[in-house]
Amino acid sequence: MSSNCDAIVLGAGIVGAACAMELAHAGMSVTVVEPGVIGGGATAAGMGHIVVMDDSPAQLAFTHYSQQLWHVLAPQLPPAAEYETPGTIWVAADEVEMQEVARKQSIYVTRGLPVRVLDSHALLHEEPHLRPGLAGGLLVSSDAVLYPPVAADYLLQQALSSGASLIRQAALQAGEGKACLANGDILSSPRIINALGAAAPSLAPGLPVHPRKGHLVITDRAPGFVRHQLVELGYVRSAGSGTADSVAFNVQPRKTGQVLIGSSRQYNAHDKSVDHQILQRMMQQTRRYMPGIDKLSVLRTWTGFRAATPDKLPLIGPHPADPTLFLATGHEGLGITTALATGKLIRHILTGSGSEIPVEPYLPARAFHPTTETAHA
Amino acid sequence: MRNRNEYTYDVLVIGGGPAGIAAACAAAPHARVAIVDENPALGGQIWRNSFPARQSHPSGPWHNRLQQTQATRLHGLRVFDAPAFNTLHAEAPDGLHILRYNKLILATGARERFLPFPGWTLRNVIGAGGLQAMVKSGLPVAGKRIVVAGSGPLLLAVAAFLKSHGAQVVAVCEQAPPRQLAHFATSIVAYPSKISQAVQYRTQLAAVPYRIGWWPVTAHGKSQVESVTLTNGARRLTLDCDFLACGFHLVPNTELPALLGCSLHNGFVAVDSLQQASVPNVFCAGEITGIGGLDKSLIEGSIAGYASTGQNSPARKLFAKRNKALGFAAAMERAFAPRPELRRLPAPQTTVCRCEDVAHELLQQHDSWRSAKLHTRCGMGPCQGRVCGAATEFLYGWPGESIRPPILPVRFDTLAEAEKPTAQH
Amino acid sequence: MPDAITITVNGAPVQVPSGVTVAVALTLLNEPCRTSVTGQPRGPLCAMGICYECRVTIDRISNRLACQTLCVPGMEVSTHA
Ligand SMILES: Cc1cc2nc3c(=O)[nH]c(=O)nc-3n(C[C@H](O)[C@H](O)[C@H](O)COP(=O)(O)OP(=O)(O)OC[C@H]3O[C@@H](n4cnc5c(N)ncnc54)[C@H](O)[C@@H]3O)c2cc1C
Ligand SMILES: Cc1cc2nc3c(=O)[nH]c(=O)nc-3n(C[C@H](O)[C@H](O)[C@H](O)COP(=O)(O)OP(=O)(O)OC[C@H]3O[C@@H](n4cnc5c(N)ncnc54)[C@H](O)[C@@H]3O)c2cc1C
Ligand code: FES
Repeated sequence: MSSNCDAIVLGAGIVGAACAMELAHAGMSVTVVEPGVIGGGATAAGMGHIVVMDDSPAQLAFTHYSQQLWHVLAPQLPPAAEYETPGTIWVAADEVEMQEVARKQSIYVTRGLPVRVLDSHALLHEEPHLRPGLAGGLLVSSDAVLYPPVAADYLLQQALSSGASLIRQAALQAGEGKACLANGDILSSPRIINALGAAAPSLAPGLPVHPRKGHLVITDRAPGFVRHQLVELGYVRSAGSGTADSVAFNVQPRKTGQVLIGSSRQYNAHDKSVDHQILQRMMQQTRRYMPGIDKLSVLRTWTGFRAATPDKLPLIGPHPADPTLFLATGHEGLGITTALATGKLIRHILTGSGSEIPVEPYLPARAFHPTTETAHA
Repeated sequence: MRNRNEYTYDVLVIGGGPAGIAAACAAAPHARVAIVDENPALGGQIWRNSFPARQSHPSGPWHNRLQQTQATRLHGLRVFDAPAFNTLHAEAPDGLHILRYNKLILATGARERFLPFPGWTLRNVIGAGGLQAMVKSGLPVAGKRIVVAGSGPLLLAVAAFLKSHGAQVVAVCEQAPPRQLAHFATSIVAYPSKISQAVQYRTQLAAVPYRIGWWPVTAHGKSQVESVTLTNGARRLTLDCDFLACGFHLVPNTELPALLGCSLHNGFVAVDSLQQASVPNVFCAGEITGIGGLDKSLIEGSIAGYASTGQNSPARKLFAKRNKALGFAAAMERAFAPRPELRRLPAPQTTVCRCEDVAHELLQQHDSWRSAKLHTRCGMGPCQGRVCGAATEFLYGWPGESIRPPILPVRFDTLAEAEKPTAQH
Repeated sequence: MPDAITITVNGAPVQVPSGVTVAVALTLLNEPCRTSVTGQPRGPLCAMGICYECRVTIDRISNRLACQTLCVPGMEVSTHA
């Protein structure tokens, strides 16, 4: 069987779902290809922190823009998407990290974000279960939290109700205007979007995207134990490290009252099983910041893979070697946050509609150097 | 910081029911053995609060035998993880216990299968074995009106037990069709001990109606059960009661063997003739290899205990007895298989996942356990699917999901400690 | 009550037979163990530590299993999470 449509979206994680929704809203005929559970990949593993980050100006612009899109969409999300705006507190352990608070504050203020610097006392007032003696923090009250698989499903349903169709198959090959499916069907389209997350290189060989493994721990309901998403500022250093395994204090209040605990980053770890060593380091780091967490009951642990790129920015736009192939991957630890903005950029690139932010920093061409290609062959 | 205890044994037995006790008895004369159970005392389900018991009790000889060994008994420890080679981690009220072994015998037993029907979440609708356990833990039932329903030989055992504690057992309702059960009755002729037990229960329950081919359809009441409607497909009957004791036979506790990577077959751990699982140095015995009752657990436990200490000839002497027990288990499996009508019991709004209150109508929209779980929270609560997993497998045909540590909820500090860094960190 | 001990349930002192589990005590007092996430009162189901329907707060530690815990004099049990 062979069929034609304006665009094919491969993968129905939150990124693919957002792309499908935008393209369907633009009036395109869209076919979404996904063999598994909707939002069952990295989207099901992620914390769902909708956070503005400022590792680079391009990251800041992208995350801020996307967060605003979430704020607009929020009232329409189903209750099971558990959308809430608890805000983030970037926790500073010492005076060095307080300097990072000041730097971050000045940048966030210029973007009009609602921020407040907390001293040691104010920090404890906001989060009584933190260890006393921490230097302070930066409260960013516009940051949100949601439950990603339900949000992804909502976005996909929007696409489907605007005429998109869903095929429950795996794609085996994509390029030159064709996508071959596991059941032997061939779909044709001048626009094929690879939104496979960390699996993106499987259908686009040579893509400079690496899986970066993360662990999470969830507790039983303990309402009020944590009130904001809390992230240590040391995280800025550890997340930035490109090679070494790292852990950071990163806890999140779920709407259910549960506490979700991250985060770890590992390269060269490809198997899904829980790695006791890194889990231990992550939990010990959590206890150092929040000793009271010891008494909570842990229900479950799991892992997921972020799609990491060398420059920590996503790959959104045409594949340099194939004009029919488009990429929407490489979101590392920010794909939930930036899914909606990714959908907008893909729409802009494919339909020529206006874009509210420049697309250049995210275009894939920048990442394709002969050296990186051979490294992944 | 709480305690951190470490032990090493030649043979470590997990589960202190009949299978685990028999295993410890067989292994202990030849090795350093410990037997671990989460309850405050050994005994498992059937010998709960009766180990030690009067000498006349069937557990008496086993108690004496265990007494004569040097086996260490570790009660109140719940094994939750298998983090490293030949190492298990358990939680107790005082903290973490690290258990190392050369050989491991798993005898973690079974739990009741619960199937949802309207009203099954009302208070005092409780497992059949569950109500028995409550009575063993001190709940007086004298004069209480109790309907015992569901499936399996446990129903009669529980009804007789409740009656002996003064309860007014209103009826015992077995869902299995009469013909299916008649087959079973003929097939157990080969097992005289089973017959005498059945006759004994029937005598004890002389005045109690035993309705074969009847099952519960609705429990009624405001916040606790007041009556239950039952059917045989053609007729309906409503009985007033203070308790509805209801369970649909048993399902094995295979979480720990699955975590260790043991192969399962039809939901049970696959073992060879010496009770060895697919993972080296791991033996499994009792209900986790097939629901077969006391005799099977004792025989398999003994074989595992002998085999784990290289005593293969006494182990082999038990093969014939075990074959018989396995025949009985197979007959039982057929006899008490849940009838298809039970799939139609839940109404659209009936809660299926009790931890997260997920309704049948929501689950019906999904095509796999994982899809349902991710999108409805079914199975995400503290029981981690131990109750709803067996129900969703039966209702919707969804096989369960892969297992991850911890296999039981544990305190954060226990898990964090458990993962204590090794030297290189 | 022969051999009764006193515990408190939701702040009120009550007498229960000695040697019983918290699940048995609450059943005798006709008290639910917990309120489900949609507000239904719930009591013990499995009585063997599997179902977690009986979880209560005991001596200010939440999520304790009432069916696996024996009552001791002076114990404070709360059924409001
Ligand atoms: C531990 C952890 C914590 C995180 N926390 C956050 C956070 O707090 N905030 C945030 O913004 N981000 C977070 N992230 C990142 C975020 O989860 C990801 O960036 C995001 O989910 C990526 O979505 P995706 O749609 O690109 O990929 P995925 O969700 O992985 O979707 C890819 C889809 O493609 C499908 N697929 C694969 N192969 C094929 C094929 N051959 N044919 C068809 N389909 C295929 C898969 O089945 C899958 O559904 C976290 C990630 C991890 C691992
Ligand atoms: C609720 C119930 C009531 C029953 N009542 C009767 C009855 O009245 N009469 C009858 O003939 N048969 C009864 N049975 C059947 C009975 O269980 C079997 O006949 C036989 O006793 C099973 O023996 P076992 O050793 O295989 O398992 P069990 O007796 O179930 O023993 C397994 C033990 O392992 C422990 N355990 C499991 N996982 C862990 C872990 N992770 N860490 C630590 N400990 C763990 C359990 O708590 C349990 O004590 C009942 C079964 C159940 C489930
Ligand atoms: S009643 Fe099931 S865990 Fe206590």
